[in-house]
Amino acid sequence: MKLKVTSLALGALMAAAPAMADLVMPSLSYRTGPYAAGGIPFADGYADYFTLLNERDGGIGGVPVRLLECETGYNTEKGVECYESTKGEGALVYQPLSTGITYQLIPKTTADDIPLHTLGYGRTSAKNGDVFSHTFNYPANYWDGASGAINYLLEVNDNDLSGKKIALVYHNSAYGKEPIRTLETLAEKHGFELSLLPVDHPGQEQKSQWLQIRRDRPDNVIMWGWGVMNQVAIQEAANIRFPMEDFIGIWWSGGDHDVLPAGEAADGYKALTFHAVGDDFPVFDDIQTHVVDKGLAAGAGDQVGNVLYNRGLYAAMLAAEAVKEAQEIHGVADITPSMMRDGMEALEMTEERMAALGLPNFGPAFTASCENHGGDGYVGVTQWDAKNQTWSLVSDFAPTDGDVIGALVDEDSGAYAAENNIPSNCN
Amino acid sequence: MFYREAGDFKTSYVEDGQTFPIRFDRYRYYFVLAVAFGIVPFFINDYWANAILLPFLIYAIAAIGLNILTGYCGQVSLGTGGFMAVGAYSCYKLMTAFPDVSMFIHVLLAGGITALVGVVFGLPSLRIKGFYLAVATLAAQFFLVWLFNRVAWFYNYSASGQINAPEREVFGIIITGPNATSTAAYLFCLIFLVASALVARNLTRGTIGRTWMAIRDMDIAAEIIGVNPLRAKLTAFAVSSFFVGISGALFFAVYLGAVEVGEAFGIQKSFLVLFMIIIGGLGSIFGSFAGAAFLVLLPVALKVFGVDIMGWPTDIVAHFQLVIVGGLIILFLILEPHGLAQLWRVAKEKLRLWPFPH
Repeated sequence: MKLKVTSLALGALMAAAPAMADLVMPSLSYRTGPYAAGGIPFADGYADYFTLLNERDGGIGGVPVRLLECETGYNTEKGVECYESTKGEGALVYQPLSTGITYQLIPKTTADDIPLHTLGYGRTSAKNGDVFSHTFNYPANYWDGASGAINYLLEVNDNDLSGKKIALVYHNSAYGKEPIRTLETLAEKHGFELSLLPVDHPGQEQKSQWLQIRRDRPDNVIMWGWGVMNQVAIQEAANIRFPMEDFIGIWWSGGDHDVLPAGEAADGYKALTFHAVGDDFPVFDDIQTHVVDKGLAAGAGDQVGNVLYNRGLYAAMLAAEAVKEAQEIHGVADITPSMMRDGMEALEMTEERMAALGLPNFGPAFTASCENHGGDGYVGVTQWDAKNQTWSLVSDFAPTDGDVIGALVDEDSGAYAAENNIPSNCN
Repeated sequence: MFYREAGDFKTSYVEDGQTFPIRFDRYRYYFVLAVAFGIVPFFINDYWANAILLPFLIYAIAAIGLNILTGYCGQVSLGTGGFMAVGAYSCYKLMTAFPDVSMFIHVLLAGGITALVGVVFGLPSLRIKGFYLAVATLAAQFFLVWLFNRVAWFYNYSASGQINAPEREVFGIIITGPNATSTAAYLFCLIFLVASALVARNLTRGTIGRTWMAIRDMDIAAEIIGVNPLRAKLTAFAVSSFFVGISGALFFAVYLGAVEVGEAFGIQKSFLVLFMIIIGGLGSIFGSFAGAAFLVLLPVALKVFGVDIMGWPTDIVAHFQLVIVGGLIILFLILEPHGLAQLWRVAKEKLRLWPFPH
């Protein structure tokens, strides 16, 4: 009871205090639990970029950014608690880094008029901005990932996959199930045989799945894993001597922490990506001087330059650019979540813009619009070099199968619109 | 002085058989109801509803359900999460199949379907007991989660296997979906909780409850004095699953709005509800409330204290939360093995004697 009173009093105090101009960026992170290995570098990258903007530029458009971190543990119930506790502070955009939490927040954020950005995860059909007015998933989504993986396999197999056997090892959840429909359609189109191997949460136990792979000998294995599941899968693949060159993970299965535990055995493992890897960009020098050297780095500060750190940084950069767009459109510096949504919809990432930010060619150039909340879906492939412990791009960012994905997006978003009576947003 | 039977004269059988025979208890009960229905709805906001009150109300219903089975009838169950999933998925199928029907009916029907499933999984309890029954219910837990993951019909063939609660109403008031007000959602769950608690309390005071307790205390002796174990055990499974099903339906439709079976209704949910009744008190309706409140409020309170007030890093607070909650559970089990309800019982004994303890 005492605590209730204290927190109520605190809430009243916060409400009563004069509203200081700041841009509130909630970070629904997870630094604990079986998925922390991926959650920590992403959260650090997200936080460090905003710290950099505050330290170097004094915020965005002169308004400082206030980062509100809330621990979800990849758990939907805690995600709800985090959402409710931060939205009252004027949170501009939510990035939950969890497909499960995304599914919950899509209707909630739409009702509360707050944008939701799910960078390369979440509900794929949210690409259709006509139905999902407040959800953005540019620059690429899971179906782009599935198509990108198949395109890459086509490329290395002389455009012929007929008769090949491809296995999908996936996290048995909404996240892992997302690509199945696309892969099934592509299997029909290209004539390969798809087998599905679900792995249950958290993914530490995969003996039977890899035994099956050992027995079936598929030509390629595609993986949709997250957290501890990735490390275990790569180790198991090494144990059965599955050739790493034929093993492709989605971008969430391509972090440094995923391949390091397997050591030399992980050499040659491939992963998809929609942004550049490594720390060979001017912005990292700024991060070193303005953030790391000042002791302001988030977390332990040891993640700078990791794949998932870069992704967090990329997410923060897109959010910051959308804030700039919103400030320009509405002519005010201290924007509201509703204005932020307009800014995200008007976002145009060009090569010049990224170069000006110190991130030349970091991600694909794309233009968001009312209908297209998902970008153009350019997907590249990276490969792990265990000796030098680096990822390198082996296949450049290439377009994905728009015909197949577009039809599936229309079908799924149409079903969602019909089920929930959602009017058209763009007309 | 206040809390005593003496001087509280009953002049009719109805009065004698009322739910709370002691006047102090009764007034306290009316007072809680008045606050819950008359005051809280006017002060509730989204945060209080979604982060604290809704989970408390819903877990309390689940805890009442499990308490009937485990606390009153002595049948250990680790299948609560699975039965909640049955409630959630049947509610989803009903909501999407009959959009015009009131949510009240959907939730009740979801409870009914769960009761049937519960009876089916309760059948082994006639032959196996104790730890072995726990393993059998564990099988139910894994089977049900697997089923809802595997058979696409249950999630209407959606691409991701997620189920989403569409907007549904009761008498024109939106209860589910993002546009439902926190007041409506809170009152909807509160009505179910109050009704569940009343039904459970009166069932446990009557013939059925006594046969359950007879089976719990010594099943052979109960059988000898004429208790039918088949009936007693299966009714316990049915009633328990009914409440658990209702809580699962509310958990999905009103509280979360979108659910993925493995994550929301996994084995950890079964353990959570089991911990609630162990900490709250086995065989006590009040204990179900206390246990649910303890395990819902404590993590939130620790988070508010650690992150919002003290400003500590979120991961350290999250780790401390596990340590503190775990430590408190052990402490409670050592100091008060009969749970929070026992503390309340002791307090009542003291109140009876107060202020003249000798």
